[in-house]
Amino acid sequence: MKRAIDIAVLPAIPEHIRVAVLEVTGRLKDTPGALLPILHGVQDALGYVPEDAVPLIAREMNLSRADVHGVITFYHYFRQRPAGRRVIHLCRAESCQAMGAVTLEQHIKRRLDIDFHQTTADGAYTLEPVYCLGNCACSPAMMVDGELKGRMTPERFDAWLEAEAP
Amino acid sequence: MSVTVYVPRDAGALSLGAEAVASAIASEARRRHADVRVVRNGSRGLFWLEPLIEVETSMGRVAYGPVQAQDVPSLFDADFLHGGQHALAHGPTADIDYLKSQQRLTFERVGVVDPRSLEDYRAHGGYRGLAAALHMSGEEIVQTVLDSGLRGRGGAAFPAGIKWKTCLDASSLRKYVVCNADEGDSGTFADRMIMEGDPFVLIEGMTIAGLAVGATQGYIYLRVEYPHAQRAMEAAIATAEAAGYLGDNVCGGGKAFRLEVRMGGGAYICGEETSLLESLEGKRGQVRFKPPLPAIEGLFGKPTVINNVVTLASVPIILDRGAGYYRDYGSGKSRGTLPIQLAGNLKRPGLVEHAFGLTLRDLVEGYGGGTASGRPIRAVQVGGPLGAYIPASQLDTPIDYEAFVAIGGMLGHGGVVVFDDTVDMAAQARYAMEFCAIESCGKCTPCRIGSTRGVEVIDRIVAGDARERNEVLLRDLCQTMIAGSLCALGGMAPFPVLSALDHFPEDFAGAADKANA
Repeated sequence: MKRAIDIAVLPAIPEHIRVAVLEVTGRLKDTPGALLPILHGVQDALGYVPEDAVPLIAREMNLSRADVHGVITFYHYFRQRPAGRRVIHLCRAESCQAMGAVTLEQHIKRRLDIDFHQTTADGAYTLEPVYCLGNCACSPAMMVDGELKGRMTPERFDAWLEAEAP
Repeated sequence: MSVTVYVPRDAGALSLGAEAVASAIASEARRRHADVRVVRNGSRGLFWLEPLIEVETSMGRVAYGPVQAQDVPSLFDADFLHGGQHALAHGPTADIDYLKSQQRLTFERVGVVDPRSLEDYRAHGGYRGLAAALHMSGEEIVQTVLDSGLRGRGGAAFPAGIKWKTCLDASSLRKYVVCNADEGDSGTFADRMIMEGDPFVLIEGMTIAGLAVGATQGYIYLRVEYPHAQRAMEAAIATAEAAGYLGDNVCGGGKAFRLEVRMGGGAYICGEETSLLESLEGKRGQVRFKPPLPAIEGLFGKPTVINNVVTLASVPIILDRGAGYYRDYGSGKSRGTLPIQLAGNLKRPGLVEHAFGLTLRDLVEGYGGGTASGRPIRAVQVGGPLGAYIPASQLDTPIDYEAFVAIGGMLGHGGVVVFDDTVDMAAQARYAMEFCAIESCGKCTPCRIGSTRGVEVIDRIVAGDARERNEVLLRDLCQTMIAGSLCALGGMAPFPVLSALDHFPEDFAGAADKANA
């Protein structure tokens, strides 16, 4: 029997989210162990995995909402809220600590006036901790939207920030 | 004739400005009408010299570094295209002591070849291991890996051949080869360097593993923090497929092997093999009970070989040159070479591949040149965030799996992180517990809750609150975590804590105690 596709049983969700999710699930749902690739796909498309998307992903994957929610919240990388325009992942791990990461972290938090997992008031930057970027021979390290930066200092951070500012 | 200039595309080199250097060289060459071919290689692993560029000359490859974009005009002025003298010149790359004294087997091509070029890979001995394996039975391949003495380089040091044999002997229509590329241990970057600098060697190693155990599908589970490695691996897989090295009929030998990269989600625990398999299946990365072993019931319940990047990348050379060639390196039960990653507070951080048997002192003082800050070394953490802190008095410990276990430590994935005498070891112990609390998968109570209690107890000790009683409590908690956790996260997170307590008790004296002292 053909599975009933009944949009009506799902809560109404914004059209752009529905389109983005269905594009990703349509492409990936038959690959083995598809949920992580699908969540990556949704986050790549929308910048985060909206709560609104969970019931739709669950239905498409034939999983419960709790299963999908459980997976999203298990992994640090998946966001449930939009991030700022740029996401700074700052390494907190031992090699960076040995090269002054704690001072750098304090400086960045003060400079952006936010804590970890927060976004600046103007929506420009989100700060996230990360536990090793594999750049330990060039510590301290941070990554901005996939771009790795090594041997960071408070001064270099400020210089980068000033070059970024419009 | 065009001159070849190598500018690394390794993420570490890029993090220090290699991209700008590459474009500066190209535009300066155009301006001066010089015929230059820029090749984007991996890193040689001499990170204090990155971006390290090399020029192909009549005397071999000549190195300059660390080069910034603004240095490029002066390099052209100094005729670096013909190996000219310059303040940043280091002479022939092969003669640099740091590199010359190494024994690079797994890393022999990293930093040398163009990682996008299959021709370059083959010209440097690539795919010879697979060629040999194609003429062998699964049993013969497994026996070769067993005979080489290769142990898992991810951290657990379990003999790779035994895993393979167990999987080979398991009967199933479908089997898998999974590469653990979730290099989460801080202080380690060898996996990343291989994937970015010589991706075909990993593809070749996994293909050989597939032939050996009868698996037709491979997955590379790659951490999401490594986008550069993702691009390098996906490009190499596409190239290998197009050339018939992957697909339904590998090299016309009638066997199928396909490969796919899967990205993780930023969870440290997914470097633990059973948790990784759960994650690959699209679930929360929670640790599984063992048995059943993954080699018998692994991914999707099927027999699975799961090995670290360095382990799998060491297989081609073993098949090519024979088990004896590899086994002849090393000491005791630690055979072959270990790529050691020198990180933290060092003058010369980088990658050192050498036979087992060097001492930690040879590495941090010899290769590493002591601390970058110029201050004395106080503690060295070996083996990632779950590794013990080793005091300066134990620097003569040899790099050998058993020798490290004997001093209460572990070699792990070969990461070495150096701290100078400004380090606060109570803060490091607290961080170890905090890290465990953040990254625990939640399955075992001692790890899930004990780590949070551990942070609190350390805070009380440092605050001078019933210090002796709380130290007893902390040690007891550590024992509960060690004995009561399924995997290494909860089972080993106490190691850095206990080693800090044992070797650096003075750092745990509260502010009040210090004032009274």
